[in-house]
Amino acid sequence: MSGHGTDPDDSTVEDGDAEDVSTFRARSRAWIREHLATAAAGASAGVLRNNSTDEEELAQVAHERALQRKLFDAGFAGICFPKAYGGQGLSPAHQQAFNEELTGHEFPVRLQAPSISPCAAVILDFGTEEQKLAHLPAILRGDELWMQFLSEPGGGSDVAGAQTSAVRDGDEWVLNGSKVWTTGAWWSDWGLCLARTNWDVPKHRGLSVFMLPIHQPGVDVHRIEMLNGTKEFCQEFMTDVRVPDSDRIGNVDEGWTVGIRWMFHERMLHNSPYVTIPAGDAHAGIGSSSVLRVARQGGRLDDPWVRDLVGEARMLHRATEALQERLTDGMRSGAMSDQSAAIGRLFSGVVSIRTNTIAFEIAGADAGAWTDDDGAIADCGSDFLMRQVSTIGGGTTEMARNVISERVLGMPRERTLDRDVPFRDVPRGGPS
Amino acid sequence: MQLSLTSDQEFFRDTTAKYLTEHAAPGELRRLRDEADGFDARYWRQGADLGWTSLLVAEEHGGGSISGDGLGDLALVADEFGRHAAPGPLVPTNVVAGALSDLGADRHAALLAGLLDGTSIASWAHLEPRPNDGLDDLSLEVRVDGTDLVLNGAKRPVESGGQASHLLVTGRTGTGCTQVLVPTGAEGVAVRPMHTVDLTRRFSEVTFEDVRVPAEATLGEVGGAAAQVERQFLQALVMANAETVGAMHFAFDMTLEWAFDRYSFGRPLASYQELKHRFADMKTWLEAGHAISDMAALAVSAGSSEASELASAAKAFLGQYGAELLQDCVQMHGGIGLTFEHDIHLYLRRVTLDRTLHGTPAQHRARIASIVSGEEDAA
Repeated sequence: MSGHGTDPDDSTVEDGDAEDVSTFRARSRAWIREHLATAAAGASAGVLRNNSTDEEELAQVAHERALQRKLFDAGFAGICFPKAYGGQGLSPAHQQAFNEELTGHEFPVRLQAPSISPCAAVILDFGTEEQKLAHLPAILRGDELWMQFLSEPGGGSDVAGAQTSAVRDGDEWVLNGSKVWTTGAWWSDWGLCLARTNWDVPKHRGLSVFMLPIHQPGVDVHRIEMLNGTKEFCQEFMTDVRVPDSDRIGNVDEGWTVGIRWMFHERMLHNSPYVTIPAGDAHAGIGSSSVLRVARQGGRLDDPWVRDLVGEARMLHRATEALQERLTDGMRSGAMSDQSAAIGRLFSGVVSIRTNTIAFEIAGADAGAWTDDDGAIADCGSDFLMRQVSTIGGGTTEMARNVISERVLGMPRERTLDRDVPFRDVPRGGPS
Repeated sequence: MQLSLTSDQEFFRDTTAKYLTEHAAPGELRRLRDEADGFDARYWRQGADLGWTSLLVAEEHGGGSISGDGLGDLALVADEFGRHAAPGPLVPTNVVAGALSDLGADRHAALLAGLLDGTSIASWAHLEPRPNDGLDDLSLEVRVDGTDLVLNGAKRPVESGGQASHLLVTGRTGTGCTQVLVPTGAEGVAVRPMHTVDLTRRFSEVTFEDVRVPAEATLGEVGGAAAQVERQFLQALVMANAETVGAMHFAFDMTLEWAFDRYSFGRPLASYQELKHRFADMKTWLEAGHAISDMAALAVSAGSSEASELASAAKAFLGQYGAELLQDCVQMHGGIGLTFEHDIHLYLRRVTLDRTLHGTPAQHRARIASIVSGEEDAA
């Protein structure tokens, strides 16, 4: 476990002559204005919409790889990653400055989560020197797109109950099982995979983490069609996939140590200091600005009830921003535990579904039936159908509530029937 | 409250906390319910010695801050006021002291000195009777008559109106905004006590009937006080928000402790997942409340262009979620939570009161909508 717990904070500024934040900001601003196209703020927001063909999606992925390469070549990729691994060795304050200057410009959104965080962050925390050198620069250059092989069809929130098995065979491991909810696995390169290496110990003590190329014989990527027609989520079926032991991350059977940190990075989401995202986009979703667009386009901005909802959406947006800032500061300074990331996850999820509902409400009948000329309003109905994605994806809000009550507030843990029992004896439902 | 304070701020906050723990204990708050003023003169004077009324006043006028950000320091006091549901006219005295320091320190030196040492009370007469509340349109008229100003209209609720020697009255002259310092003993001023949800705060309805004051009583320009009024309003919001967060914080901690101590069906309440999840929600509202309150306070202090929107966002958020949190704390307590004997109502009262003053959540949502739709028009 070399470098476990590498925080951007203690990694920060590797040498004394690091560029100060304001100089860095000025240099960033100049470069961004010269080299990146402008884009509507929040354009990249994580709303799952079915609005592009596969060809368009692949073209966009290729464009974003090129953008990431541009950042890398200019010395703006991996601002908080150590220089030895292709990063810039700077502080979260530098990343924040860059993000602020990036507002209103295109950026490689698909390479941020999960490639850079949590995947690259986990490799940085737990990888061997060879593993870090092999993958971190490649990720930061845009050469490797990573996916999380974490959730399983039979598992839901019970991530540590993984049933994908890894059996040792000499210097290799043989993996069998299925992973699900990988966004864009069909155009990605590598998977970070949690697998069971020991069935005779309780569930948390028999897991290990592996890295594997996605496009290889034995990995069958199946695209899942969501209710709104998007096919970005995937499910992978692994059949006798051979992984060299040198591609194992962390110790055998100690994968849950990795997993805890992995999920911390996941919960940090766009708030992670490793992630490059225009300030203001990070918590966008269906943001308060789209609520305003829907209200204006619908000609309803003079209605008091609409103004009340517009005000509420903006209030929630501001509170989300402020909360994420407080949590980041608190976790960075040690005033709050890492588990506090769940507070941000819960709040932003709840805010997102409320904001989605507000846009839907303002759209009125146009959310139920619309034409291609309806602009922002045209998305409201389908977005509403997909509303709960905000409180399910990336760990459900119910799990976040468990984490907050048990890990942050210290309330008694839920009783489970799978603790201190060999995993093979744990009751399991039928395959789903 | 900010996560990281300077050691001076920490000491300052701690001093007020200790003082309030000693002098504003729940038993004392219950006793003050039946006192006309709602606080003891000595209590307030000693509080003034701790710095409660000097933070918005410039050093050259006898004030000064702890950290260089007087409003930020004052928010720490307000937070502690919330945590203790403390008595005393914190918001109105500070608003008036700040305004005098800004615009009338020489002409009103005696009053300012009295506010600073806690021997005088003054209040801000801003809000107006329904239906307009004085937030968007002011009805109280300030008419110029030769070298005098003549006031006609009504203000309510005026905090500590019955205890104040002077009122800073905000009214309109034509379409402009005017602020006048009026002695409560002036002819034509009638102060009528009101009922309130809080045990120790006192409010009055004040009417002005041809109240005549000399032009020197004006603070700022006749008809040109709008920016100063907005400044005072934002200061009041910062204090009210911090007080609400403090009350939420204390009530939450108290209720969490109760959940560990209270057993039913052989288990502590804290072990029930349904209740755990509600505590998780409350914790989230509390942290978001701290965050938005602090962010708004900093923006107001810095004179940021986002100050109005953030202060309104904070007030709307805390009004709504502060009240929800307190009501859920009552629910967690069951019947005992609705008794006078239990302490939770002290905080419920304070949060409820603060929700209603200086604009309700709905009024602030409307302000936010005006700001954001206006911005888009300007862009």
